[in-house]
Amino acid sequence: MEFITSNLPYLLAGISVGGQYALIAIGYTMVYGILRLINFAHGDIFMVAGFLMVYLSATLPIYVSLPLVILITVLLGFVVERVAYKPLRTAPRMSIMISAIGVSYLLQNCAFYFTSGLAKQYPVIPGISSSVAIAGATTKLVTLVTPVLTIVLVVVLVLLIKYTKIGMAMRAVSRDFETSQLMGIKINSVISTTFIIGSLLAAVASILYFSNYSTVTPTSGAMPGLKAFVAAVFGGIGSIPGAVVGAFIIGICENIIKGLGLTTFSDAFTFALLIIILVAKPTGLFGEKFTDKV
Amino acid sequence: MSGNILHVENMTMQFGGVIAVNNLSIDVNEGEIVALIGPNGAGKTTTFNCITGVYEPTNGCVTFCGSTIASNHPQGKMKKLYAGENKGLYKRVVSHTPDQITKLGIARTFQNIRLFKSMSVLENVLIAKHIRARQNIFTATFRLNYREERKARRECLALLDEQALLPMKDDLASSLPYGLQRRLEISRALATNPRLLLLDEPAAGMNPQETQELSEFIVQIKNKYNLTILLIEHHMDLVMQISDRIYVQDFGRLIAQGTPEEVQKNQHVIDAYLGVVEDA
Amino acid sequence: MSTKKKLIYTIAALAALFIILTLCEQLLPASSMLFIVLKKGAIYALVAVSMNLVNGFTGLFSLGQAGFMLIGAYTYAIFTIPLKEHAAVYQYFDGGIIQFTVPILVALVMAGLAAAIFAFLIGLPVLRLKSDYLAIATLGFAEIIRAFFQWDAFGPVTNASNLLRKFPTFDTVYFPFIVSGICIAVIVLLINSSYGRAFKAIRDDEIAAEAMGINLAKHKQMSFTISSFFAGIGGALLAMYQTTVQAGAFKSSMTYELLLIVVIGGLGSVSGSVLASFLFIAASEWWLRFLDTDTYIGAFKVPLLGSGFRMVVFSVIIMIVVLFYRQGIMGDKEFSFGAFGDIRRFFRKRFGRKEVTK
Repeated sequence: MEFITSNLPYLLAGISVGGQYALIAIGYTMVYGILRLINFAHGDIFMVAGFLMVYLSATLPIYVSLPLVILITVLLGFVVERVAYKPLRTAPRMSIMISAIGVSYLLQNCAFYFTSGLAKQYPVIPGISSSVAIAGATTKLVTLVTPVLTIVLVVVLVLLIKYTKIGMAMRAVSRDFETSQLMGIKINSVISTTFIIGSLLAAVASILYFSNYSTVTPTSGAMPGLKAFVAAVFGGIGSIPGAVVGAFIIGICENIIKGLGLTTFSDAFTFALLIIILVAKPTGLFGEKFTDKV
Repeated sequence: MSGNILHVENMTMQFGGVIAVNNLSIDVNEGEIVALIGPNGAGKTTTFNCITGVYEPTNGCVTFCGSTIASNHPQGKMKKLYAGENKGLYKRVVSHTPDQITKLGIARTFQNIRLFKSMSVLENVLIAKHIRARQNIFTATFRLNYREERKARRECLALLDEQALLPMKDDLASSLPYGLQRRLEISRALATNPRLLLLDEPAAGMNPQETQELSEFIVQIKNKYNLTILLIEHHMDLVMQISDRIYVQDFGRLIAQGTPEEVQKNQHVIDAYLGVVEDA
Repeated sequence: MSTKKKLIYTIAALAALFIILTLCEQLLPASSMLFIVLKKGAIYALVAVSMNLVNGFTGLFSLGQAGFMLIGAYTYAIFTIPLKEHAAVYQYFDGGIIQFTVPILVALVMAGLAAAIFAFLIGLPVLRLKSDYLAIATLGFAEIIRAFFQWDAFGPVTNASNLLRKFPTFDTVYFPFIVSGICIAVIVLLINSSYGRAFKAIRDDEIAAEAMGINLAKHKQMSFTISSFFAGIGGALLAMYQTTVQAGAFKSSMTYELLLIVVIGGLGSVSGSVLASFLFIAASEWWLRFLDTDTYIGAFKVPLLGSGFRMVVFSVIIMIVVLFYRQGIMGDKEFSFGAFGDIRRFFRKRFGRKEVTK
């Protein structure tokens, strides 16, 4: 019992962070599934969503700024795809990935310019920022809200992909880009939808994540972004349930390591896990195998 | 002249539940031109890939010049899935990577030409000499291997001269016309000093005139370099004209073998190519 | 153009470079921005070329460069901090446990070797991975290396997350130019050798390269290790330039910056990487500097200008290059004196003089 009470905060934090990573990871995994692109800018879109909330809530009431943050983030994701990735559709994969790195660089530098590089306090959001006590451990309510919200969103998304027309189109495109084009699927609208869904989830994740960590800096998107990507690879890139499971595992492990007093290694551990899974089973937990034809 | 050079024994290649090559046995003797024919999807290229080490056969063994270059029995997941024959026959496991097999003396060309596109014609051929030269990365960087390099260059230029590719030695490989790209790919394979040359559809996309030239070319290089040739081809004129023996593969299995005349008359072959007439 | 003529041109160009550097040293004040650009540009040129060796010439998408630079920088610093400074530098770790120093040049080579050894070990498992998986795995390793260097348990060697300082540095522009120049020359020799051809073959078509007898694992490992060796030396030079070392500075964003340099210069072009390094550093540190300061024209404050605006403009320029000039400055071509010859012939033709044949 004592063990549980002393470790419960870490476990709770792990589940909560895991849920937030999961929401970001879905954006990575869906984009990778369709474009075979590691969208390096995704973590920065998440960061921008954080800053939007800071600036919007300063002038607008929270019930206006919340939907507005989500809307603007979605718009940003859409614009980034149209401007930076669409022109490179026929280019080698390396070019488009470098374009993603360029976008990430641009977003970080813009954020730095607008904030002068200072950390900004994240606003208090009623309902999720207040504290609660569970089994003797005090935590923010967001810790409890996150996993529930994550699961709900993921279920909705999976249903969407399974049962709607656009979902079917997405699955087709991720199978075979060219053939689905020949079948009359509008590739560009499918890709845009993917980016819209990804950005939407990233915006939700940013609200949950920053409510918990309470400050935003221009580089605070980089690490969660990378970790979410690792989660996506861990679970098997292209697979949504895989990304979610991977994210929870990484979130929990990372916080347990912090609990053991090895905070320096919490980031390194994530990457160690990544390398182990890549070497042992490159397709991840739930991934499918693609073979090259000779 | 006529020792056995390549011996493929009961080779099966299974991908998941699909058997691409089924219990195939082939023999190629030194100095022969042997053709492997069959309808599309019969498993001919997979056979090549198993011989050259791109794939590891699921079961069976391959011997080249008396030494085993591949031998396997169903392992791991395949133990349960395996649907071929002779399951328990090959206890030994031998596998080589494609580069090791090239070093042993088997060279190949590809169905869809695979040249080094950003490199010049001469460089494409020089690559083949890389493994034959006595050098290491240090001597190569500081040009202490200049004698080897000079020798390689001389040999490659001579080879290109023979193949009438010398005038375009500095052109990008990808800028050559299709026919010359084919010829360059064969030259590149020759530059590895092979004993056995595997040609995967060398006449694909060629017109009758070019095909005729190609068949003369194949015989010519065979004699000149003392080669043995195993080729996959759909142009029957070429196959019947130059091959000493023919193997016919369909749905992974060997359905016929023999001299061109024998194969032409074989009912199985006719059925495989033209289809069997069903009773209405 | 004959080899002899090429050699003469090269020597002439090097002499000209030396004279220009000397003139700069003599005439310009030590605080001139030009020196920053020249020093840092030379260092970045070396690292960018080493990155190009793996990414551009061997076709492996590796993002570990910052990690290897970090190893080089630390190795150099640890073995060159004078013993009498140890007490001050390693103040939290009883003066550290490395109680000897080595000469600067030896330390530079050690920096390269240390990075190369790490790269070799990392390469064993990860080089089997395909493109983006390799990228993310090498990026991961760079992060792991960074965490280890900041770990308290290694404090007596690495000073944990504290600065390493007081090691020998350089103050002339010659030093980074000579070291980088020699290293880049070696890389160029390698690229033009039989092994360089093998690397390019792997980049163009792995399956065909294997069919030509090239051992993929061995050659990829070679390219990766050698690239890291030079990245390590580059890291050591960067440490000298910055006069302090801290693991926190070698983030993945540094690798991204280098990758952008390589792409802007042209994947597969050494001279492109060198040129792009100097342009990149000059633009980000010097030419766009005015964008960072509030400027008034009379009473009118020029809008937008202010701290950080420089980098915004800079990243926009980079995006434009990435999107519209995908081939970079040089594509995969190299700078050659022959190009001058072409220009000269062009002018001769234009002005109707007789063509001189050589």
